[in-house]
Amino acid sequence: MASSFDRIADIIAENSEVTRDKILPDSHVINDLGIDSLDFLDIVFAIDKAFGIKVPVEAWTQEVNAGSAPAEKYFVMKNLAERVDELVAAKAG
Amino acid sequence: MRLEYFQMIDQVASREGDTIIVESRIPDASPVFEGHFPGHPLMPGVLLVETMAQASGWLLLDLMGFARMPFLMAVKEAKFRSFIGPGTPVRVHAKRLHDGSGFAVTETRIEADGKRITDAELTFRIMDYPAPELAEAMRGRGRELGLL
Repeated sequence: MASSFDRIADIIAENSEVTRDKILPDSHVINDLGIDSLDFLDIVFAIDKAFGIKVPVEAWTQEVNAGSAPAEKYFVMKNLAERVDELVAAKAG
Repeated sequence: MRLEYFQMIDQVASREGDTIIVESRIPDASPVFEGHFPGHPLMPGVLLVETMAQASGWLLLDLMGFARMPFLMAVKEAKFRSFIGPGTPVRVHAKRLHDGSGFAVTETRIEADGKRITDAELTFRIMDYPAPELAEAMRGRGRELGLL
């Protein structure tokens, strides 16, 4: 099976105007790829369905806004893929 | 329905699990029909979408115990399969497809006389009430509809 990074990158390419080749492990979903909040929720919906999880976007956003976590922890592609893997593992656990 | 007040839902017919069925009746007369269309009154498609959004909205409000407010943010795959006009009773079905973090997705349709009129997939952003008056108004109407 493709890596989580590849699956998420494919989802982003399918649900936004970003082409697949522009989506790299160090790409910041918002700052580099320019995904807006509406497209991002479509992407989260697709990730939720594809991985059978509920990505806690609200909690992540609150952490970033409160300064308790850097945005990169959740919104840089390679880290986003790690967070998704953690959610999948936690659900299976 | 009271089109001028955007009150599209008359009553809740059933509410089970992740689904709701509501009933409503297109009014016999409204200024809306004077423009849409002269001599040939039809329920506008945008108001059919609003009707499906409100049915979905009441479903989501009830599922959340009226704690937060759903706001329509995306309409997908909307199809308008038949015309309906003044005086038509309709049943609106809505089902929550996905309960996301800060958003929800519903699948919804309107039927008249057992025939599908329109359907769509709707996405809502779920937010805290931006004003206490809105929270009270939603709960008040929720009580009238028998949801609270």
